[in-house]
Amino acid sequence: MAEVEETLKRIQSQKGVQGVIVVNSEGIPIKSMVDNSTTVQYAGLMHSFIMKAKSTVRDIDPQNDLTFLRICSKKNEIMIAPDKDYFLIVIQNLTE
Amino acid sequence: MEIVYVYVKKRSEFGRQCNFSDRPAEINVDIQPDPGLTANFIERDPIDAGIQCASDMSEHEVNTERFEMENAGVNHLEGGWPKDVNPLEMEQTIRFRKKVEKDENYVYTIIQLGSLMEHCIKQNNAINIYEEYFEEEETADVADEPPSAKTINVFRDPNVIKRTATHLSWHPDGSKKLAVAYSSLEFQRSSKDMSYDSYIWDLENPNKPELVLRPSSPLVSLEYNPKDSHILVGGCYNGQIAYWDTRKGGQPVELSTVEFSHRDPVYGTIWLQSKTGTDCFSASTDGQVLWWDIRKLTEPTETLVMDISRKGVLENALGAIALEFEPTMPTKFMVGTEQGVVITCNRKAKTPAEKIVGTFSGHHGPIYALARNPFFPKNFLTVGDWTARIWSEDSKESSIMWTKYHMAYLTDGCWSTIRPAVFFTTKMDGTLDVWDFLFKQNNPSLNVKVCDEPLFSLRLQDNGRFIGCGSKRGTVTLLEVSSGICTLQRNEKNLAMAMFERETKREKILEARHREMRLKERTKAEGKEEDVKVETEEETPEELLARVQKEFFEIIEAEIRRKERAAKLSKPQVAQRPGLPKGWGGWGGSLTLVLHRGTGV
Repeated sequence: MAEVEETLKRIQSQKGVQGVIVVNSEGIPIKSMVDNSTTVQYAGLMHSFIMKAKSTVRDIDPQNDLTFLRICSKKNEIMIAPDKDYFLIVIQNLTE
Repeated sequence: MEIVYVYVKKRSEFGRQCNFSDRPAEINVDIQPDPGLTANFIERDPIDAGIQCASDMSEHEVNTERFEMENAGVNHLEGGWPKDVNPLEMEQTIRFRKKVEKDENYVYTIIQLGSLMEHCIKQNNAINIYEEYFEEEETADVADEPPSAKTINVFRDPNVIKRTATHLSWHPDGSKKLAVAYSSLEFQRSSKDMSYDSYIWDLENPNKPELVLRPSSPLVSLEYNPKDSHILVGGCYNGQIAYWDTRKGGQPVELSTVEFSHRDPVYGTIWLQSKTGTDCFSASTDGQVLWWDIRKLTEPTETLVMDISRKGVLENALGAIALEFEPTMPTKFMVGTEQGVVITCNRKAKTPAEKIVGTFSGHHGPIYALARNPFFPKNFLTVGDWTARIWSEDSKESSIMWTKYHMAYLTDGCWSTIRPAVFFTTKMDGTLDVWDFLFKQNNPSLNVKVCDEPLFSLRLQDNGRFIGCGSKRGTVTLLEVSSGICTLQRNEKNLAMAMFERETKREKILEARHREMRLKERTKAEGKEEDVKVETEEETPEELLARVQKEFFEIIEAEIRRKERAAKLSKPQVAQRPGLPKGWGGWGGSLTLVLHRGTGV
């Protein structure tokens, strides 16, 4: 329990990180460091996106699997680390 | 009879390449005509054969798919909670969350994911992996591509009877809308059914105008107020001025009174720079320039008669067609007239006589467009008759630069807002020319055929990239020019400035020379006048004729003698030359001699 806190705190303290969200496989946000509305939005949007990406990778090569997903946009970068049951979503500002 | 050709080839030579060689022709078969065979044929006379002489035509139908667009939004709600947890209850959600957090799998997973994530985050922090390299280098390639323009959109007059698109005006901010004035400029050609409406088009929707303006008489010119993008002023065919507020719909908010308006179509309306943003002025071929405040359109605030003798007499006035006003020079303005003269005026002069400062004449026909160069306001462009001319305010005698005489009449022109030496002109044959005066002066650098009917008006959007052209049948074409035409080249401003100054200097030198010569002639004429007064001998026409005839024959005789001498030198014997017959009969024969050797005389 404490390690989880420590890990998440360490991530949050990195330079440029705007927010950290932990979502379970059903799309329910478990832990979040941003406000509720943003959390809900990200959880809902990312869930379907991750599913699509995962299925795409598996379609191309069934032996393959999605390990990491990065969405870079002009303003920031959304990084998603997927797992069987949970997803870790981090939003980071691109440093100049 | 079988026709057979036999040749022999070694087996080892099969598959080898062919070695061709020449040999003389050989007759393989010779079949002689056999008249006996005619018995097998029957002669047919006459023979019917069908011929059609008509051009091939084919019918082809095309219909593009209408692109339907729909706007949709998504509302995010919380969901996914298991049945027993009510998402609205804080307690239950917290309890659920705590339960999940205690799960061992959760702890393990998060730690794994966390380390993976940290790696990427640190990567991002260490170096920007999405950096654009060599961003600045791109601009060097632009100069190589030839200039081009492509049509983006076409807006057609929705009415059955097509009218000319006489004036275009872009929306002041964003330029997403285009106001077009439609009217029929042909004298007494407008039929009863012709609609008076003018339209405001939204660039995204070429099928239906965004707003329909309904004046009481067709609009010849239309302008958006640069300060307030909802207000437009329009000049009507019957001389009245009207103004619209787009928030209030298609009817004009106010119309000027007929008695105080112009007596001819209002060809130019421009908004002025003022604190209230409600001043505008208009010009018409009746010879007047009127200033208006749109809050009170019952009568103009000021009038000026375009009489270059500065007496303010309306009968002598020149009809004004083009109007020019530069907000950076608020006291001066220029008027282009039907007679081919550009008049510069000063607004702040005290008496009407002083208002007209100077004139520039040089065009043979009406000046349809007048525009100052946005970078060098001392130079301005006039478009009229078959040329476009560039003038400098300093040289009043003639233009400093001009284009060649074209085959078609030029109807409108404007400067580019980005490049100082580039301007655009439209012609009556439906083409748009792009002139780059730094690059080529004898020909336009780009000539685009926009449509088959004459183009009447042209307007460049403020960013310099899009041009709207209005044609005689009311079709407004939106063109996009290539980036070479609308990006400022290196050093262009300096080069353009140098070019204008050079040409101005040249004209000034020519002017000075002309003035000198004229002065010399005048003094000579004045000096001669005293001498000549005594000796004016009036020659009667007969005496004149006799004198001329005598001189003529003398010249002929001298020629003939010269020829004889030349013949004598080349040939030993003297050729017998007939003497010149006296009288008129010999005129015809000897005339050709004179014509041929005219310079020898």
